[in-house]
Amino acid sequence: MTAIVENKKNIRIRSLGYFLLYLVLGLIAVFQIYPLVWLFFFSLKGNSEIFGRSPFALPEEWLWGNYERVWTTGNIGSYFFNSIFVTVTAVILTILLASFVTFAITRMNWKYSNAILLLFMIGYMIPIHSTLVPLFQIFRNLSLLDNPFSLILAYTAYNMPLTIMIMVGFYRTLPIEIEEAAIIDGCSIHRLFFRITLPMTMPVMSTAAIINMIYNWNEFIFVNTFISSERYRTLTVGIQSFIGQYLTDWGAIGATLMISIIPILIAFVFLSNRIVEGIAAGSVKG
Amino acid sequence: MKKVMSNKWVIALYILPSLLLLAGLVYIPIFLTGYYGLMRWDGIGDMTFIGLDNYISLLQDSTFRFSARNSFFLAIFSAFSLVLYLAISLVLSGRIKGSELLRKIYLVPMLLSSVAIAQLWIRIYDPNNGVLNSLLTTLGVESPPAWLADRSTVLIAIFIAVIWQYAGFYIIIYSAALKGIPYSLIEAAQIDGATPIQIAYKIKVPLISGVIKTTILLSFVGSLKYFDLIYVMTGGGPNGASEVIASYMYKEAFGRNNFGYGSAIGFALLVLALLTTLIINRITTSKEEVQY
Repeated sequence: MTAIVENKKNIRIRSLGYFLLYLVLGLIAVFQIYPLVWLFFFSLKGNSEIFGRSPFALPEEWLWGNYERVWTTGNIGSYFFNSIFVTVTAVILTILLASFVTFAITRMNWKYSNAILLLFMIGYMIPIHSTLVPLFQIFRNLSLLDNPFSLILAYTAYNMPLTIMIMVGFYRTLPIEIEEAAIIDGCSIHRLFFRITLPMTMPVMSTAAIINMIYNWNEFIFVNTFISSERYRTLTVGIQSFIGQYLTDWGAIGATLMISIIPILIAFVFLSNRIVEGIAAGSVKG
Repeated sequence: MKKVMSNKWVIALYILPSLLLLAGLVYIPIFLTGYYGLMRWDGIGDMTFIGLDNYISLLQDSTFRFSARNSFFLAIFSAFSLVLYLAISLVLSGRIKGSELLRKIYLVPMLLSSVAIAQLWIRIYDPNNGVLNSLLTTLGVESPPAWLADRSTVLIAIFIAVIWQYAGFYIIIYSAALKGIPYSLIEAAQIDGATPIQIAYKIKVPLISGVIKTTILLSFVGSLKYFDLIYVMTGGGPNGASEVIASYMYKEAFGRNNFGYGSAIGFALLVLALLTTLIINRITTSKEEVQY
């Protein structure tokens, strides 16, 4: 009898514990998401509502016009296109070069492969600010200042270590027998790389690509330093200067910010598993 | 077979383009920064060699020391907040329904640009129309602080935004490591009567100590070079109160055209990052690595 009472009490304590646990976890989720919901709401409000009413309120009238206004009055469209161009070009270049390197390091036999891998990994530790002035000077000497190619080269170089780190782990788990068989059948090494290895590593290439894409899309300091003319600006720097003109027009600012984060949010909805995988693969090593 | 796979020309062809790119844009610039630090140079005219003058002024520069202090504060804060992220990850590694979804929700801010995050949080902290002070006023706080405009609250305000940005990143890393622990170990402990808390502290945490060490390094060194968010959110203000090493370097080099002095600050940042990496490595590799 007492045992049963005791048991019931235990169950009650345990379910109370679980309730509190879920409450805390839920509150953290609200903390992480609510600022974005709030941003979405004020992007649809007018000034009278933003400055006159509670910030928690839903928009009274959903002013989609804010979006139209910032898209047509500023150069957001051009920033948007520049961001896509630089991001995509750099991602393709990075993935291709990193695949070459990872293939040579994990598949081919040579004495210094580990030393070279280490050399690439060192790049991961370097603070960008410690190389910014020389980079500026190098790009100036190459006449690449205020040219999107400075960004593409810089993104490729600085994302290479992380990309290789993500790829090496995957390459090492791939069975080598298929490649061996291809070589025995007389397949050339370039053909092997392009026709067999690259298709086999599609999963890790897409993981690395989405991580690279997020980093490039959000990059700020290289654009801010190397790009001076309006027409080459990407979204991060573009919205920063654009927002400067709208000091008190929160609706316009909110709409601008929303436009800049929507592509990332869409990518997240469809590719969240890949993103999680990429983050884990890039740092659990070591 | 072996011959094909050790063809030196192919190896060179596959490695060299990337290696040259990194040499030109990463490795050589590191040394150039140290070298430019020895110059007086406005970025346009000729460089004048002035020996260690820049580095000596750096040690006496109170702004540099104050910004270094702020950077270290952020680094220590960040390292301590790892405890919170680890605790959340440990809870999520238990039998929690929807833990995958929660982890993904926590990660969302990490995917946004620092510019967007900074612009958003400027408005959250707005003393009059921001969501934070409205909440505090509703809760009965008489005169809530001005956050980013107040010297005494600006660092903590920035730090809360940093936690918001990075929490999900570290939770993902810890969760991935925790998933790698064989379930048989947990099961054995449960049979021996260990409570969930004991299992977390005595089994899970020691087993992922390697990853914990990596995250301490990542967060500490990452905070030392923290820039974007602070640059956009406060520009180092009010009145220099939130200046960090990277923002000070950027101002000196690209704001005041002191390219020589800016390079010296950049080089100091590199040295600090490497030194703390060594020190953290030394402190955390005390015991033998755990194997399972």
